[in-house]
Amino acid sequence: MGTIIFLIVFPLIAAVALLILKNDGPRDIVVKVSAALIAVASIILVVQYFGDGDRYFDVDGEVIGYLMMAMEIALAIVIIWLGIKYKKILAVVLAAIQTPLMVWFELSTGHGITVVNNLYVDRLSMIMVLIIGIIGTLICVYGIGYMKDFQKHHQEAGDRRPWFFFLMFLFLSAMFGIVLSNNLVWLYFFWEITTLCSFFLIGYNGLFHKKHEDKVATRNAFRALIMNLVGGLGLVIGIIILGSYYGTLELSTMLKIGSMGYSVAAPAIFLAFAGITKAAQMPFNSWLLGAMVAPTPTSALLHSSTMVKAGVFLIIKLAPVMGWNVAGIMVMMVGGITFLMASFNAISQSNAKKVLAYSTVANLGLIVACAGVGSPGAVWAGIMLIIFHAVTKSLLFLCVGTAEHNIGSRDIEDMDGLFERMPRLAMFMMIGIAGMFLAPMGMLISKWDAMIAFVDSNNIILILIICFGSAATAFYWAKWLGKMSAIVAKEENIQKSVHKEEWFSQGTHVVLVVLLCLCFPFVSSSMVVPYLESGFGSAAGLGLTSYDLIIMCVMIGALILIFAFFFGRTNKRIVPVYMAGAGKGDNLTYVGSMQKDTQVVLRNWYMESYFGEVKMNVIGVITTSVAIVISIGLVLGSMIGGM
Amino acid sequence: MSYVTKSPWIIHYDGSSCNGCDIEVLACLTPMYDVERFGIINTGNPKHADVFLVTGAVNEQNKGVVQQIYEQMPEPKVVVAIGICACSGGVFRDCYNVMGGIDTVIPVDCYVPGCAARPEAIIDAVVKGLGVLAEKRAAMEVKEDKAELAVETEGKQNE
Amino acid sequence: MLTAIISVIAYLILAPLIGGFLAGVDRIITARMQGRFGPPVLQPFYDVLKLREKENITVNRVQDFYVICFFIFVVVTGGFFFAGGSLLLVIFTLTLASVFLIVAAFSSGSAYAQVGAERELLQMMAYEPMVLLTAVGFYAYTGSFRVDDIMQGSNMPLIPLVGIFVGYIFILTIKFRKSPFDLSMSHHAHQELVAGLKTEFSGRTLALIEVAHWYENIFLLGIVFLFFVNGTILMTVIGIVVCLLAYFLEICIDNSFARMKWQVALNSAWIAALVLGGINLFVIMIG
Repeated sequence: MGTIIFLIVFPLIAAVALLILKNDGPRDIVVKVSAALIAVASIILVVQYFGDGDRYFDVDGEVIGYLMMAMEIALAIVIIWLGIKYKKILAVVLAAIQTPLMVWFELSTGHGITVVNNLYVDRLSMIMVLIIGIIGTLICVYGIGYMKDFQKHHQEAGDRRPWFFFLMFLFLSAMFGIVLSNNLVWLYFFWEITTLCSFFLIGYNGLFHKKHEDKVATRNAFRALIMNLVGGLGLVIGIIILGSYYGTLELSTMLKIGSMGYSVAAPAIFLAFAGITKAAQMPFNSWLLGAMVAPTPTSALLHSSTMVKAGVFLIIKLAPVMGWNVAGIMVMMVGGITFLMASFNAISQSNAKKVLAYSTVANLGLIVACAGVGSPGAVWAGIMLIIFHAVTKSLLFLCVGTAEHNIGSRDIEDMDGLFERMPRLAMFMMIGIAGMFLAPMGMLISKWDAMIAFVDSNNIILILIICFGSAATAFYWAKWLGKMSAIVAKEENIQKSVHKEEWFSQGTHVVLVVLLCLCFPFVSSSMVVPYLESGFGSAAGLGLTSYDLIIMCVMIGALILIFAFFFGRTNKRIVPVYMAGAGKGDNLTYVGSMQKDTQVVLRNWYMESYFGEVKMNVIGVITTSVAIVISIGLVLGSMIGGM
Repeated sequence: MSYVTKSPWIIHYDGSSCNGCDIEVLACLTPMYDVERFGIINTGNPKHADVFLVTGAVNEQNKGVVQQIYEQMPEPKVVVAIGICACSGGVFRDCYNVMGGIDTVIPVDCYVPGCAARPEAIIDAVVKGLGVLAEKRAAMEVKEDKAELAVETEGKQNE
Repeated sequence: MLTAIISVIAYLILAPLIGGFLAGVDRIITARMQGRFGPPVLQPFYDVLKLREKENITVNRVQDFYVICFFIFVVVTGGFFFAGGSLLLVIFTLTLASVFLIVAAFSSGSAYAQVGAERELLQMMAYEPMVLLTAVGFYAYTGSFRVDDIMQGSNMPLIPLVGIFVGYIFILTIKFRKSPFDLSMSHHAHQELVAGLKTEFSGRTLALIEVAHWYENIFLLGIVFLFFVNGTILMTVIGIVVCLLAYFLEICIDNSFARMKWQVALNSAWIAALVLGGINLFVIMIG
C-alpha cells in the first residue's frame, strides 16, 4: 500500500522539484536519483505483492475525491483558456461538455455509490508498473543527454527544460495512477492528466512560444488534445452508464458482473472506445503521427511505455467481457483493421519516426484485436505484446533520436553507412528491429500465439488480417534492417559525441530485450498465466506449449553463440563490389559516361502506388468509423429499447 | 582430381568487337552446340566465373573495365581471347586508340583466331583452357600447402 | 522421439543429396525442353564442389556471418519440420533464415545485390500470407499445427484443403525462384541485375547458399507431401509421386514463361491467398 502511494506521489514531488530547478547539474542529479528510486520502488511493489496475486485496497476516498474534482475543474479551465487563445473551438466545446457532466454525476448519482476498493494490484498492473517504472524512467534518463543537444539546436526559444522534465515525471505519476486505480472516477482523473501532459509535450515547440512558434507543433498538439477529449467523453459516458445502471464505480465489480453472465456491453463499449482513442487506433491514429514533431524522449514515452499503453491496458482489462458481443466485435474490427492498414502504411514511409509510429499503431491494433477476441490465449498474446513492444519500441525510438542528433536527419535514406559511422548505434538498432519481427524474439512469439487464438475463435477475418499484416510487417522492417546493415564505403566513425546517458539507457534496453526473450517462459508462467487464471478462471487454450517457448530460447542462445564466434571475423581477401567493371575501388564511385566519376545512390523501396499513406488511411478511417458508429448505435438502441 | 574442369562458368565481355565473334560465342549455348553439356554456364558476373571470354580489341576506353573484370574473378581463372581482334588487335591494331590484343592488358591463356571465330574453335579453346585451369588449381594447392607449412614451422620455431 | 531423431538425421544427410539430384534433373529436363542435351545429372554437385575450390574472397567482414546464419537456420527449419514440430515454428524459422540472406546481400552495399535483396523481400511479402494460411488450414482441419500430429491423421487433408493446396502450389513457383517470378536472382544467363541477390557471393559462400536451397526445396516439397498423408503406404507413395509431379510442374512453368513484373507477382500471390486460402478456410470453419 505504501509503495503504491509512493509510486503515485513521488514522481509528482520530483516533477515539482524539476520545475523549480533551473541549472543543469542539480537537474541531472534529481532526474537520475528519482528515476532510480521509482525503478526500485516499482520492483519492490512487485516483490511485495508477488505472492499474493490480486490485492484490493480500501482507501478513504472522500477527501481525495473532492481534491480530484477540483483539479479536474482547473484542468478544464486551462483547456478552455488555451482553446480560446488558439481559437480551437472544438477543444473548448469538448472540455465544456465533459467536465461539467462528470462533476454533475459525481455530485448526484455518483455521490450515493460507495466505492470500497479504490486501489488494487494484480499481475497485469504489476507488469504495467514494471514497464512504466523501468522503461519510463530509462527514457527520462536518456532525456537528460538528449535535451542538452536539443537545447543547442533550439537556442532561440529559451531554456524550457524544467517544463519538459516536469511534464515527463507528472506523466509517470499519472500512469501509475491509471494502472493502479480500481475506482473508475480516479482512473478518469489520471486519464485526463495524461491527455493534458501529452498535449503540452507534443506542443513543446509551439505552445507558449511568442516569436518562434512551431505552428505544426501547436496544430498537432490540439489534434491530440481533441481526439483524446473525445475519448475522455466516452469514458465519462461509460462511467455514468455503469454508475446509474449497475450501481458501481469499480472496475473489478464491473468485470465480476460481466463474468456472472450479465451483459455489461454498454459501459464496456464506451470504456473500450476511450481506450481506442488513447491507443491511437483508426480513425484516431492521426494524433499519434502528429506527435512525431515532439522531442524524441516524448515520442518514446508516448509510444512505448505509457499513453498508448494506457489505452490498450484498459481494453485488455475489459477482455473478460469481450468476445462475440457487440463490444468485442467492435474492438476486434477496429484493432484488426488498424493493424493491417497501419502495417501497409509503414511500407510507404521513409521517415524513421513515422515508420515507428505506424508500427506502433499497428502493434497496438493487434493487442486491441487480441483483447477483443477475449479468450485467454488471445489475452496472453496481448499482454506479451505489451511487454515486448514497450521495451523494443522504446529502444528503437532512443536509437533514432541519437541518430538524428548525430547525422542530422531522421530519414531512413540518410542512414546509409550507419554501420560504419556509428557501429554501436547501428547494432542496437538492428537488435531492436530484429526484435520487432524475427523468430526467436518476443514480438513474434506473441504474434504466433495471437494467430493460434484467432484460429481457435474461428475468426476468419482476423486470421486473414494477421497473415497479410505480418507479411507487410516483415517487409518494412527487413528493408530497414538491410539499410542499417549496408556497409557502403569507408566512413569516419562519429559516434564519440553521443552522451553517456544515452548509451546507458540504450544499452540497458538492449540487455532487457535479450533478457526478456531468454526469460520468456518464466515471464509467462509467473506473471501472465496467473493473471489469466484469476481473470478468466483458467488459462486453458494457450496455443503455445512450453516446449515451443524453450525452442525459442535455445534459438536465441544459438544466435548469440554464432554471433560471438563468427561475427566480423574473416580470413578471406576483401575485394571491392561488382560495378560492371567501372568501379573506382571505394564501392561508392564509378566511372560514368565521358569518364566522369559518379556516385552510386541507393534508395529503398516504398511502393507508393500500392501502399500510399492517404489511400490506406482513408480506407482504414472509413471502415473503422463505420464499425464504431454501428456498434455504439446498436448498444444505445438496445438500451433505449430496454427502458 | 579438381572439379574446376567439370563446371567452368564463363563471363563474356565484348571489348570493341564488331559483334561477329559475340554471336558465335552465344551460338555455343544454342541447341546446336549446347556447351551446358560440359557444365558451362554463362554467368555474367565475374565473381562467379572461371573463364573470361573476351572478343574484340582493347582500346583506351575499356582497358580499365577489362582489367577490373579480370581482377574481380576469384582464382583459379583463365582468359580466352576470341577472334583475331582479341588476339592481336586485328585490322584495328594501328588505330590511334587501340591498345592491341587482350594480352596487352591482362594475361591470356588461349587464343582463338578467326574472323569471326567458329563455335567449334571457341569450344575447343575453352576445353584447352580447362587444362590450364586445372594446372592453376594445382598450383594454388601447392601454394596453400606451403603457406600452411610455413605457418606450422613458424609456430614450432616460436615454441 | 526415436523416429523424430532418425528422420532428422535422415533429412540432414539425404536432403542435400536428393535436392542436388533434383536440381540436376531440373537442368536436364529444361535442356530437353529447349532441344538440348543438357549437363550430367550430377552437375549441381560438380558446381558446388568447384565453388569450394575457388579462392576465398568477400566484400566485407560481416557478410559471411549472415550467410552462415542463413544456412544454419534453413537447415534448422527443415529439422523442425522433419522432427514433427509446429508448422508455424517452421515457417517463422524459415522467415528468419530468409531475412539473414537478404541482410547478407544488403550488407555488401552493392547496387545489384541490394536491388536483388529488395526484390527478394517483395517475393517474401508475396508468398508469406499463403504459407501462413497453409499452416492455419492444416490446423483448422486436423486440430494441430504439429507435423507429427498431422502425420498421424487417418483422413487425407488434400480434399478438404484443396483450395489451399492449389494456392500453395502457386506460391511454390516463387519459393523455387522459377520464372515468371524469379525476380531476385536467376540461374539462367544474363538477367538485368547480373546475379541479383547472389551478385556479391562467391566461392564457398555461394556453395553454401546453393546447398541451403537444396535443403529448402526438400522441406518445401515436404509440405506438399503433408497434404497426402493418411497413414497408408499407398498414400505415402502417391504423396511422393505428387511431390515429384509438383516439381515437374514448376519446371514446366519455368520454361514456358518469361519473367513478369513484380506487380504481377504481388497481385497474383495475394489474390491466390485471399481467394483460394480464404474461401477454403471459410468452408472448413463453417463445417
